Amino acid sequence: MVRALLVRGMLVGLAAGVLAFAFAFVFGEPQLQAAIEFEDLRAAGAGEPGQAEPIGRSAQRTIGLLTGTVALGVAFGGLFALGFAYAYGRIGLPGARLTAACLALAAFATITLVPFTKYPANPPAVGGGGESIDQRTLLAFAMIAITACALVAAVRLHMQLTRRLRAWDAALVATGVFVAVIVVAQLILPAGDEAPPGFPADVLYHFRLASLGTSATLWLTIGLGFGVAAERLLPPRARHARG
Amino acid sequence: MSEVLVEREAVVGPIVSPGELLPYAVFAGVLLSVVVYFVGAEAGAMSVLGSGAVHEFVHDARHLLGFPCH
Ligand SMILES: [Zn+2]
Repeated sequence: MVRALLVRGMLVGLAAGVLAFAFAFVFGEPQLQAAIEFEDLRAAGAGEPGQAEPIGRSAQRTIGLLTGTVALGVAFGGLFALGFAYAYGRIGLPGARLTAACLALAAFATITLVPFTKYPANPPAVGGGGESIDQRTLLAFAMIAITACALVAAVRLHMQLTRRLRAWDAALVATGVFVAVIVVAQLILPAGDEAPPGFPADVLYHFRLASLGTSATLWLTIGLGFGVAAERLLPPRARHARG
Repeated sequence: MSEVLVEREAVVGPIVSPGELLPYAVFAGVLLSVVVYFVGAEAGAMSVLGSGAVHEFVHDARHLLGFPCH
């Protein structure tokens, strides 16, 4: 069962990676290119020589982008399948498709959406000032880890509170705890990157929107696609059960 | 009637034990770490390959997937 779920998860992840690539290529690449042109213009203005790129832009924006999204899609899809195998029948959600959709939503919120409110995705030329790349990478992963811990704590708290409080009150308290942890983390962690003077605001906005859309496409495909694949795989009795 | 009860019970129970899941989870976790490392970080002081070719190749994916870059 685990093996079959894992294989389907990786296949769905592969498809998710391809779709995420398509979204990123159509909506993200024009913004990324605009940011690189701004960067080159600024470097030329400062009298810096143009950098010799070891990999051409045409490879980076096509096959390189596809490689990145597909590799991440397959890895996420496989791990998602294992998370599903554990969660199915344990977290009290009826049906494979609803379980998969909720898990994917939680993954998107934990890995992308909530950390994004502190350290949003940046196009080239934005960032690099202040903290080093190693520090910024560490901070980004710290924010993801904090969000994951807050989510797990909130879910466990919710499961305990539902025995004593009414469902809506339990949900409110758990949500409040989650938000409080995120707010404290936001206040403690150092500020993210600032755009350099003159960087076009609409390029920054549209790049970040495209980045969110790329991750949303990835998780939407995994959540909905894997739900269908798992439903077909699970025993018919469970499949037809209405909960 | 009894068939309905069986159906409802079938959806409640877990489908795999944690012990059965563990080796897969370890492997997938390691795989994800390697992929995230090469897509998201392989650069500068954290570089293991040195040349920077992998870093440059997946450059656009790194930016658009929200990893810090430049
Ligand atoms: Zn970059």
